[in-house]
Amino acid sequence: MPRVKGHEMKDIFVSSSPHIHSPEDTPWIMRQVIYALIPGALIGVYFFGIPAIRVIAISVVSCMVIETLWQKLMKQDITIADGSAALTGLLLAMNLPSGAPWWLVVLGSLVAIILGKQVYGGLGNNPFNPALVARVFLLISFPVHMTTWPAPRAFFSQAADTVTGATPLGALKTAVFEHGTITAAPHLNLMDPFFGNIGGSLGEISALALILGGIYLIARKIISWHIPVIYIGTVAVFTGALWMMNPNLYADPAFHLIAGGLMLGAFFMATDMVTSPITNKGKIIFAVGCGVITVVIRIWGGYPEGVSFAILIMNALVPLINKVTRPGKFGAV
Amino acid sequence: MKTFKGGIHPPEEKELVKDNPIADFPLSSTFYVLVQQHLGAPAKPIVKAGDEVKKGQVITEPLGFVSAPVHAPTSGTVKEISKMVHPVTGLLAPCIVIDADGKDQWADGLPLERDPSVMTTEELMGAIKAAGIVGMGGATFPTHVKLSPPKEKTIDTFIVNGAECEPYLSSDYRLMLEQPERVLGGTLIAMRILGLDKAILAIESNKPDAIKLMESKAPPQIQVETLKVKYPQGAEKQLINALTGREVPSGGLPMDVGAVVQNAGTCAAIYDACAHGIPLIERITSVTGRGIKHPKNIKVRIGTPIKDVIDFCGGLNDAAKIIFGGPMMGIAQFSDDISIMKGTSGVLVLTEKDTNISHYSACISCGRCVEACPMCLIPSTLSKAGEKSMWQMALDNNLLDCVECGSCTFVCPANRPIVHFVKYLKALQRAANAKSKGA
Repeated sequence: MPRVKGHEMKDIFVSSSPHIHSPEDTPWIMRQVIYALIPGALIGVYFFGIPAIRVIAISVVSCMVIETLWQKLMKQDITIADGSAALTGLLLAMNLPSGAPWWLVVLGSLVAIILGKQVYGGLGNNPFNPALVARVFLLISFPVHMTTWPAPRAFFSQAADTVTGATPLGALKTAVFEHGTITAAPHLNLMDPFFGNIGGSLGEISALALILGGIYLIARKIISWHIPVIYIGTVAVFTGALWMMNPNLYADPAFHLIAGGLMLGAFFMATDMVTSPITNKGKIIFAVGCGVITVVIRIWGGYPEGVSFAILIMNALVPLINKVTRPGKFGAV
Repeated sequence: MKTFKGGIHPPEEKELVKDNPIADFPLSSTFYVLVQQHLGAPAKPIVKAGDEVKKGQVITEPLGFVSAPVHAPTSGTVKEISKMVHPVTGLLAPCIVIDADGKDQWADGLPLERDPSVMTTEELMGAIKAAGIVGMGGATFPTHVKLSPPKEKTIDTFIVNGAECEPYLSSDYRLMLEQPERVLGGTLIAMRILGLDKAILAIESNKPDAIKLMESKAPPQIQVETLKVKYPQGAEKQLINALTGREVPSGGLPMDVGAVVQNAGTCAAIYDACAHGIPLIERITSVTGRGIKHPKNIKVRIGTPIKDVIDFCGGLNDAAKIIFGGPMMGIAQFSDDISIMKGTSGVLVLTEKDTNISHYSACISCGRCVEACPMCLIPSTLSKAGEKSMWQMALDNNLLDCVECGSCTFVCPANRPIVHFVKYLKALQRAANAKSKGA
């Protein structure tokens, strides 16, 4: 901003209007999202113990370091203070199994920051959610590491050995694949995934904790209700219709909402501002698309979980959605 | 309560000055009267160095219908026709420098006491035009033009704008509270000119005492409407939309939806011109902000040097920005060698803490600007076009509908100077137009 010497005055500033600004800046927004993720992360730490802390720490630190190094290398301004790299690191960690080896986490951070974000020009220019790009990259490249789920244990009764527990969605897919009916899957008490007592990525196991975080974001007007509510609603309606047609083949909607990564995806991944539509109308279209693709992959796809793929596919459509949902201007004739 | 779609809620900051009664500003020794104090065709000085002038004497001649004369703010001698920084354009502009003689003598025949209710509409219009009245909210469009819409436009709504939605400013509030009869008298005159038997006086709900007073004083033809406190509630198109539900068409004027809007201060000036024959030589201004020691509402002559005004209000106090107008749409000044104009609704001095001095970063597409925009634009797209000077792309995104209210820029978490980009793109577009016309 230009500084101009005033007459008999100290330096004064000159710029275009407006001359006042809301205190809510980008770092503030990123901080709020990080705060909102804390309950979900804590549940992960509670059930998966020290390894979960390890994954979170490695992920957050490596994302921040990698972004700084890249920007130094490219002679760009260092934007580490905007909090977006730290947030990407936390989101990535929450999408990983707690038993992920350190190199897997670092590799994921590298993919998230470089391939997911910086090659497009950094924050604001990336078409895909960086944490999801990394998660899907790791899932395809290292399927065994990415689907080895340590069984949840209360924090104070952690054993040294890791017992692998399947995710509820994985068990369901296996049952349908091997026996042709979901009744062959082990019975699931929905209270377990609600509070987080199940296998899965370390940050997606408790629907309750994630919903609380999501409500915080909506209440603070960081995100609008459109994407999470419509996304979850679409999954509920779609799976509900299937379940009513054949409850032996299709799980009930409550199961689909609570088990798996839907809550993390709907409240924290699909709502990423950079990679979701800018108008409310666009957000609704985007969320319906996410919901439909999630269910299609879960029920008919090769993977037990479809949230990551659904959001990435819809990310790709955002420019198009933004184009067709441009608001009618005031006084249009 | 009535309002419009979009908008923002900046801190009101009116308590700094709103309870200070209007103070009479003492006469300065020298006045710097800019020749161009209005939007429209230029005017030219008709006095020269050495001429004696009297208070209220015409000193410029308007060149064209959409123009307005200026008058000597006091009696004295024309020192020179000089150039000074124009607070709105930032360019050097002709200005008439008058050394006051301290006698403050009226020109012959002024003031002229008369009863506006027995004057014909032609006489009223003539009085307004001769008094050099312009929109005093800051836009400074000549009032007589606004009050004479073409015959094919049917006007059915006259709105007096007392919203004063800009934070900090309280000049219209003090005017309505202390001199309601001037505002109401001017409203009745404007109604007669427009051939209407009713008018709406619109005030934001954060001025309950002004609403109450106006409700008790207003004749039944003038209906007082309370508006929701929201910026930019007082923007012409938003005001009309809130009160009537009508949308001024894109590229159109209020008269296209049958409406005429005048600021409360303008109505007071209309009353002075018609009832007393007094031209527009003084106005009420809020001198406020934490960068000024003693914020005041002052009644001040046009042409008064800003340095005198600052001195009168105790001087500066960690001033970081000096603004003519409010903090949302006002214009930052780079010099204090400027003077009060007809459109100076406020002299706002902000400290570094209260203003917005920092760098901007990348757009994160959060959509806050879209929610805030009262014109239903996508400001983030305009700002990205601005960064790359792509004015044609901006035109496709309704650049020209932007009213530069600043709501988008206020809420932008990346602190992007969206209004700055819009002004820049509009300038590029104007330059390109001028070039193609010239070729």
